[in-house]
Amino acid sequence: MTLKKGSRRLFGFSGDVPLWRDERALRAVAQLISAVLLIGAVVWLVANFIQAAEQRGLPLSYDFLSQESGFPLGESVIEYNPSRPFLYAFLVGLLNTLKVSILGIIFATILGTLIGLARMSSNWLLSRLSLAYIEFFRNTPLLVLLFIWYFAVFNRFPRVRDSLALPGPIYLNLRGLFVPWPKYTTEGLLFLVAILLGIVTATAAWIWLRRVRERTGRQTFFWPVSIFLLLFFPALAWISQGGQTITWDIPILEGFNFQGGTTLTPEFTALLVGLVTYTAAFIAEVVRSGIQAVDRGQTEAARAIGLSSTQVLSLVVIPQAMRVMIPPMISQFLNLTKNSSLALAIGYPDVFAVGRVMINQAGRAVPVFSMVMLTYLAISLFVSFILNLYNKRIQYET
Amino acid sequence: MKRRTMLAFAGLLVLALALGACSTTGGEEVEVTRIVEVTVEVPTEGETTTETVIEQVQAPGYGEVLANVQDRGRLICAGRTDLLGFGYLGDDGRNLGIDIDLCRAVAAAVLGDPEAVEIVPITAAERGPTIQSGEVDLLTRNVTWTTSRDAQWGNFTVVTFYDGQGFMVPSDLGVTELEQLDGATVCVTSGTTTELNLATAFRQLGMDLETVVFEDTASVYNAYEEGRCDATTSDKSQLLAVREGFADPSAHDILAVTISKEPLTPVVPHGDDQWLDLVKTVLWGLINAEWLGVTQANVGDMVSSDNLNVLKMLGVEGEFGQAELGLSPTFMQDVLAAVGNYGEVYDRYLGPDGIAFTLPRGPNAHWTDGGLIYAPPMK
Repeated sequence: MTLKKGSRRLFGFSGDVPLWRDERALRAVAQLISAVLLIGAVVWLVANFIQAAEQRGLPLSYDFLSQESGFPLGESVIEYNPSRPFLYAFLVGLLNTLKVSILGIIFATILGTLIGLARMSSNWLLSRLSLAYIEFFRNTPLLVLLFIWYFAVFNRFPRVRDSLALPGPIYLNLRGLFVPWPKYTTEGLLFLVAILLGIVTATAAWIWLRRVRERTGRQTFFWPVSIFLLLFFPALAWISQGGQTITWDIPILEGFNFQGGTTLTPEFTALLVGLVTYTAAFIAEVVRSGIQAVDRGQTEAARAIGLSSTQVLSLVVIPQAMRVMIPPMISQFLNLTKNSSLALAIGYPDVFAVGRVMINQAGRAVPVFSMVMLTYLAISLFVSFILNLYNKRIQYET
Repeated sequence: MKRRTMLAFAGLLVLALALGACSTTGGEEVEVTRIVEVTVEVPTEGETTTETVIEQVQAPGYGEVLANVQDRGRLICAGRTDLLGFGYLGDDGRNLGIDIDLCRAVAAAVLGDPEAVEIVPITAAERGPTIQSGEVDLLTRNVTWTTSRDAQWGNFTVVTFYDGQGFMVPSDLGVTELEQLDGATVCVTSGTTTELNLATAFRQLGMDLETVVFEDTASVYNAYEEGRCDATTSDKSQLLAVREGFADPSAHDILAVTISKEPLTPVVPHGDDQWLDLVKTVLWGLINAEWLGVTQANVGDMVSSDNLNVLKMLGVEGEFGQAELGLSPTFMQDVLAAVGNYGEVYDRYLGPDGIAFTLPRGPNAHWTDGGLIYAPPMK
């Protein structure tokens, strides 16, 4: 189709081709029709849904959220009791989901990367073992894994009175892992602040001194300086308080259970271990594919200019592999977050489990399901937003 | 470009939701499904006779469930397969239990065939949504009747089992009173009244409570038996049933304390008064039959009984509302031939020779024996 330059500028339609034969006009009409059909279909679905829900006495009302929940929950990051409202119980569930997801993502990434690297190791045994791990965990349904971890492993630990006492004292039994925990006294807080200060200054010094070296080529001893700073502030705090820096809340067997310290419940641990072991198998494959996507020539060239094999990996291969790895990694993180809803099966009160209880105790299925769905959607969009920012930063400038 | 498509999509979605919400706000149509014409002759002065016609209009939904069940040829009941005595599977895979027999009784009344049932196994937490949505015709799965459930879930029919919540503890724990459980960890099923009562009871006594909550009943008792919890709590009948299945039943005690009232009641969906009345009538029939001494074995002979109440119940003489409920006059004969009377259903599973376990009838004895099982007369 040939068009005159002048007529093209006018409304985008050509003057000498009739409208019904103008390809762009036809395209616009087709777009319009499909948009109308799409909107119509969605309107019909939503209307039908709302009507059916009302007919069956399932109104879309969220008023019940301020009523007292009345049900107990197994564990909570924040203080919870049954006199709190439903919305608060939902928040407890959300925080539990976030807790297990964040820790799960961190540990799965670490474990997955290690296994992915081991998979490509030239050590035959290491490589085969990683392969076996990947194939086993990748091909077993997660729910089955969770049941195995919970009922066959964590529920088989010794009973409370026969707890395994580890140095610390740390106690391990089928009620969980009981660990001493620092008490939040003023001295303890000061010490924690000192540790934080040490970490911040050490990191800042490391980054700055490294930059100076990169710019000037002078040796700046960034490692020793950072380690010194990391230890300096806590040591100062410790000495200034005459060695009495921190008090520990130690778990003691009292009544039915250990009191004091902090507890990792078997429900949480089984879910975390299940999610981490399962997702790590997928992440290992992502890592392997990312590294294999880097051209061999890159490695050979890096070797040729005399870089050590650690340097080859950290300066040449990994930065390039990251570009390939990040997008599939995002889906693995999202999968882990969404898979945490299987917590329901092993008694961990995540947002979905709490939602299920709310549906029953408040009798409001549709509002609660909509809340649960929106919550997962929001978490997923947030995770992919953050990682996409990072992804953009490390991609090639074009 | 990408952002623009996203915006356009979001716009479309908002528009669609708004339109969807608007289109339902129109007036609700009332469909008249049954018109009863009553002709009344009014004596008047002189020769002229006028007829007054009173139209009784039934609410929408009236008779819908019965029509559906009869079209389908099958009664769908939500039940369970994991609780000895109430809803479980026999060795041959057949659904057994008191709740299941109640479902069969209704099937026998409506379809004349106690086997024309489909038992849908559901978890405790699924009970509300299942009956709210009308997916099933009847919910017989140890449902405690509470006022808020009555308002939200469906219509509660007739209490078929009076229960109360108790606690089970390992014998070696040495606990005999609820007050000794301060700080204990308790395993409980989610979405139950039990879960709420547990929290209330501990709060009332000012005691600390830790819970481990599962949706699946089997997981609750599995975790308890392993020692994850110091105690478990549920309706006492359920605790008894579960203890039977433990590796060592004698190593577990059920505390004497009862912390709640648990009237277990079959539920029908909201919106069909006829179906509600029908199920109530069938269940009352089971109770009245025990009072009148009509059993599965003698129902055939009882049609020639000289007791007028028996003859009425069996549909030999007179009637007690069968026609309005859409039932055959002799439906009670089918029901009793299929499952027997209330006492027989109870004894089949929980009686002295019960196939599940033995539980004295206690509050579930007939009212003439000092129990709470009582039904309105069939007249």
